Amino acid sequence: MVLENSYKSLTKFRILYRRLSQVSNKVKWESVVGLEVHAQINSESKLFSRASTKFSSPVNTNVALFDCSIPGTLPILNKRCVEAGVLTALTLNCRINPVSHFDRKHYFYADLPMGYQITQQRAPLANDGYLEFQVFTPGFHKTPYTKKVKIKQLQLEQDSGKSLHDENRSLVDLNRAGVPLMELVFDPDLKDGEEAAALVKELVSILQRINTCSCKMEEGALRVDANISIHKASEPLGIRTEIKNIGSVRGVAGAVAYEIKRQIKLKEAGKPVLNETRAWDAVTKSTVAMRDKEVQQDYRYMPETNLPPLHIAIGPITVGCVNADKLKASIPELPEQTRRRLRDDKGLTLEQSIILVNDAPLLKIFEEIVNSRKINCKMVANFLINEVNTLLNKNEMESDDIEHPQYIGDILELLEKEEINRNTAKVLLEEIFSGNQKSPSEIVNEKKLFQINDDDELKKLCEDVIKELEKAVRDYKSGKTKAFKALLGAVVSKSNNRANMRKCAGILKDMLDNK
Amino acid sequence: MMDKLLKTNIKIVTRLLFEGIVKPTELVNLSLKKIAEEKHFNAFITVTSKEAKFLAEKCEKRYLEKKPVSDLDGVPIAIKDNFCTENIKTTCASKMLENFVPAYNATVCQRLLDAGAVLVGKTNLDQFAMGSATIDSSHGPTKNIWKFDNENFYIAGGSSGGSAVAVATGTCFAAIGSDTGGSTRNPASYCGLVGLKPTYGLVSRLGLIPLVNSMDVPGILARTVDDVVSVLNVIAGYDEKDSTSRSKPFRKIRLPPASKMSIKGLKIGIPVEYNCEYLSQEVADTWNDIATMLKNEGAIVKQVSMPNTEYSIVCYSILNQCEVASNMARYDGIEYGFRADEDSSTEKLYATNRKIGFNEVVKSRILCGNYFLLTRNYDKYFTKALKTRRLISNDFDNVWDEVSLLLTPTTLTEAPLYKDYLQKANHYKLNEDYCTQAANMAGIPAVSVPIKLSKNGLPLSVQLMGKNLSEPVLLAVAKYIENIVKFPHFQYET
Repeated sequence: MVLENSYKSLTKFRILYRRLSQVSNKVKWESVVGLEVHAQINSESKLFSRASTKFSSPVNTNVALFDCSIPGTLPILNKRCVEAGVLTALTLNCRINPVSHFDRKHYFYADLPMGYQITQQRAPLANDGYLEFQVFTPGFHKTPYTKKVKIKQLQLEQDSGKSLHDENRSLVDLNRAGVPLMELVFDPDLKDGEEAAALVKELVSILQRINTCSCKMEEGALRVDANISIHKASEPLGIRTEIKNIGSVRGVAGAVAYEIKRQIKLKEAGKPVLNETRAWDAVTKSTVAMRDKEVQQDYRYMPETNLPPLHIAIGPITVGCVNADKLKASIPELPEQTRRRLRDDKGLTLEQSIILVNDAPLLKIFEEIVNSRKINCKMVANFLINEVNTLLNKNEMESDDIEHPQYIGDILELLEKEEINRNTAKVLLEEIFSGNQKSPSEIVNEKKLFQINDDDELKKLCEDVIKELEKAVRDYKSGKTKAFKALLGAVVSKSNNRANMRKCAGILKDMLDNK
Repeated sequence: MMDKLLKTNIKIVTRLLFEGIVKPTELVNLSLKKIAEEKHFNAFITVTSKEAKFLAEKCEKRYLEKKPVSDLDGVPIAIKDNFCTENIKTTCASKMLENFVPAYNATVCQRLLDAGAVLVGKTNLDQFAMGSATIDSSHGPTKNIWKFDNENFYIAGGSSGGSAVAVATGTCFAAIGSDTGGSTRNPASYCGLVGLKPTYGLVSRLGLIPLVNSMDVPGILARTVDDVVSVLNVIAGYDEKDSTSRSKPFRKIRLPPASKMSIKGLKIGIPVEYNCEYLSQEVADTWNDIATMLKNEGAIVKQVSMPNTEYSIVCYSILNQCEVASNMARYDGIEYGFRADEDSSTEKLYATNRKIGFNEVVKSRILCGNYFLLTRNYDKYFTKALKTRRLISNDFDNVWDEVSLLLTPTTLTEAPLYKDYLQKANHYKLNEDYCTQAANMAGIPAVSVPIKLSKNGLPLSVQLMGKNLSEPVLLAVAKYIENIVKFPHFQYET
């Protein structure tokens, strides 16, 4: 009886609940995204040993006794890593802690030889920073917008080794064990994959400028973990999932977008989102659940008493491992400042400035071209962003594969002086990209690609075309303006792509109208 | 003459070497012969005869040119088997490391070798230095030389019992021990030796296989204070490879002859809290006798209070177990160490390696330590123990406002019989470090000085403690006492 009653009320509740959720279904889902980034510090040797950090060294050759946990060995903190950490923290507007500590985080894994990782849990190197950046993905956003994300902390820690599994055995490579990392923990202030990707892009461009991380994601030098949850406005945050070790900027955008969609789909179907760790599969473009951690790990953090507290000289404190004030003075121009300078001094658009700053080698080429000659900056930017990028994509090249950046400047100068036309410019670019070592003017001379600017010569060309294409002329005269294009096209091919078409258009029009 | 030679001290023996009266090779052969004769005490895990002879020959050339490299050139020494020695097995008296051959020398070993000292062997200890008796060893117990009866022997103390017995039997002039809670001073006290625990950070820990990183120090055992000083002068000083070592330059200690010293006006404190429940009457009397003697010699001896002393031992025990849990995590049998025949899974392999590789003491400390470090227990045990440690350290800081040195017992009793110790193991394990571990908690130097024999014929000792880096005055007073009490070394029946 009691059971029956409670069943009834439960049913009633269900109906009510369904109604409620139907109502709330109309409210849009909001997604919350937070990132944790592991950036490998640019340094010759490891965080606590003298072993090299060189990438792709033969297996187990970058291993000091300390790195393979030989009893009695002790960690010695690499000063360069502290410098890099402090410099990065300052650049990201963090508060440097004058005293920080190292801790041991314990767990058993074959590629963790000591049975613990040395990290900074209680008192990290720095806290409370922020990063401001532009979000703009052409094709996704109509206009750029500014986003600001808070940084919870920046800590120094060691990387683990690498386990290699084959069918019936596992092998361990310790080259990576003890490699220095900065872990950056961002607040969950992001809303989607594009914002997450934009953050990573901005971070990459900052770290590369201050030279604290190579950011070569393909070498694992920058690895991104993303925490994602969805909820509805005015409701508490949802259960979050974590996607580990995303290895590319587009991967970040893809993984986050996929995960948000997946979670919405689950919720809409009335299924729960599980608190789990997932991995991004770049091939299938989906996230997959990683092997369950059987039980919640208790890392049994403990102070690393082999390392004394880390002191940083800052302000009135003059004694420390490194001097934060001196490092602060060494911070170069940052991406946001560059973007502003490109707009204010060079007259570029916001979009142009964003695209160039996101592509460091292309930006370098731009600066080299515009700083060494008098030239229209906007035209240079346009040519780089459009023609050069298109050709790079077509040739499957990267912007830092470009061998003679000054040749691009030469081409643009020829173009601006009307010695060649836009078409020839593209032809020259193709020549250079396919390995022609000659300078653009040499190629122009050799292949006789000069633009025909001489009025008489142009008139002659136009006259010939008018004679040859009587039908088109008739069409034009009878009001079919389209025919003019056909005539122009004929001039182009007749001149072997060399005619100054700006001039030709005028000449041709004159001739036709006065005929 | 030859047997007597091993019973002299470092100063005499190096003079004889310098004058060519004795050759380094002869001295080392004598030492190796003695080790063989005294084998039944089980002081050594590894005897390094070949290496020792090789070193002695090189040493001989130096002496022929009258160019010894230090005050220790040619002097036979022994090193506890938890210090890494290049190409020489370093076992920590454990199955886990029974075949571990380090590729490097501990800084202490390297400095001794550079000074020309001749390593004759690696000495016995409690597994991973966890113990105060040198009976929990995979190599069997070390036996005390005093009142020796092979069937019913007294324990040597520990965990540096092997080093103590190696020196007490005269197989070498000094030995290196390690001291985390008293592991050098305790066997020194039971075996009638001088045992020094230097200031934390004065002697490099690189290559000392760690027990408790924040408390471990290499210790020195010798028959005389001067011999301890000779060794300390060689091993002390900054080591860039140990981030916890003190960067302040170490000035070699030169002690004047005891007859030229005076302790007039020196303030010595007697901490009342060290007069604890389990202190034996004979040790208490000895403590009292020395206090009175120092007073008669002109020192100002006064009672002081260190109110947190009683919490020290339990706090030490928690911190010890936590660091042990962490430090032992690396012994998984993957990179080195014991590996069982087990391939069903990595986890199973770890578990089996550790189950077989460690003894019960080690395993129980690992379990306790991990328990204390669990998030839910952390504040209740570990954080509290850290705070208590600060209070204990403050007790010392405060007492230095009143006195320069503290005089206390080292051990609560004379050496117990092995069979009694086994029967009352828990009692001993809980209390034996009572007087010694506080110095490790605070990092300060301490020295155990043998005073006399008990009615039973076993050594009785006292301990002196001083503030950080007070080794010169600490050892001077130790020498002053030593000169008055004239402890009867070698006067045991064998």
